Amino acid sequence: MTPQIVTLTVNSRTHQVALGAHITLLRALRDLGYTDVKNGCEKGDCGACAVLLDGKAVNSCLVLAWQADGAQINTNAGLGTQENPHPLQVAFADHGAVQCGYCTSGAIIAAHALLEANPAPTETEIRQALSGNLCRCTGYGQITEAVQAAAAVMQKVKGG
Amino acid sequence: MLPDYDSLAPATWAEALAALAAQPDVVPIAGGTNVVVGMRAGELRGRTLMDINRLPELHGIRVSDGHVVIGGGTTVAELLASPAITEHAYPLHQAAAAFANPLVRNRATIGGNLVDASPAADTYPPLLVLDAEVELVSLHGVRWLPLDQFVLGVNQTERRPEELLRSVRWPLAPERSAGLHHKLALRKGTACSVMSAAVRVDTDQLGRCTAARIALGAVAPRPIRAHEAEQSLVGESLTEVTIRRAAQLAGQACRPIDDVRSSAAYRRRVAEVVVRRLLTAVDLELKEGAQA
Repeated sequence: MTPQIVTLTVNSRTHQVALGAHITLLRALRDLGYTDVKNGCEKGDCGACAVLLDGKAVNSCLVLAWQADGAQINTNAGLGTQENPHPLQVAFADHGAVQCGYCTSGAIIAAHALLEANPAPTETEIRQALSGNLCRCTGYGQITEAVQAAAAVMQKVKGG
Repeated sequence: MLPDYDSLAPATWAEALAALAAQPDVVPIAGGTNVVVGMRAGELRGRTLMDINRLPELHGIRVSDGHVVIGGGTTVAELLASPAITEHAYPLHQAAAAFANPLVRNRATIGGNLVDASPAADTYPPLLVLDAEVELVSLHGVRWLPLDQFVLGVNQTERRPEELLRSVRWPLAPERSAGLHHKLALRKGTACSVMSAAVRVDTDQLGRCTAARIALGAVAPRPIRAHEAEQSLVGESLTEVTIRRAAQLAGQACRPIDDVRSSAAYRRRVAEVVVRRLLTAVDLELKEGAQA
């Protein structure tokens, strides 16, 4: 087995890394320092490792890194900065939707994908969109409220 | 830690078929939602993985020559978003909506779901009632198989190692036909079926059934059709009596097992109930259609 050079553009930064064929995108991202992407179940049940892969929310544990060669990847940390956080990140903090934080990155990625497609979702739509993201701390009430609050803020900003 | 593997990323369809013909242990990988999990569990037979996501031959949903034809690499999310699927294959639309969760739906493909052939695979019952066929292609040629003949048992299909599942097709439904699907699971998201069922009924102008399809998932080593239940409806109008009898026969067609999700006895009983409710709902839909 020969490692191959894989090009990954993560949060607008391009990396070239030599990786074996068994290395998942999740592991490649964490090894590159993107530790906001969490390793949970490693089988697509928990959503802690969710990232945007060419704009689509996916579990990075189920993508082999070489399959993502040349792709654009966005992680939760790339959606905002400490000084200028994303409205979803603000809303998650303000609504008590973060306790241990392990599910937060993935949940925000799934919520981000939802709001791109549907800027004003109902509670049911939010719950369905986040059905692949397990939280064992806060329950889902606060997370749902946070997504609704972020949607309202983003609508206002967009509406000017 | 996963064992060592080699990777192939063919740029063309011909390259992909040549690679499979040369090396029968090549494992095609698309969304990876089964393959990567299988790798981690040490259950994968081959050591060379071939990415087939970028092959245009595996993509697209089109309606032509009286058929709906979809590429084997169509993701479940693409099925869910397709107006053609909602219009021409409503049971499949319903199954796509109940499939795993949105993150998995963005990767999982219909070809992968069919080739993996889990007894609980969500896309089988709706495709069985639609009379779907799968197209298997190798360097030696192309063959079409009815889905009912393609699937053999738990994770077993008629696909030969050198073949790729290129597309799935089914005929457009006739007038006065309706179909529905239901997945019963222990929760609403990221759930494997306790059982699932799809039904389709075609009727004549008097409302009598001319053909019926009833398919069940997670109640036998492979997704099944309940042929006796289907036959019992042909020539009949859908009534409480005929629906009840067909549902009983569907329950009797089950060969379920006890597992972590359900007992065998519950599966058999609930299959009957779900089929009865689906047939009742289909009857209502057909009657509303007749009035419109």
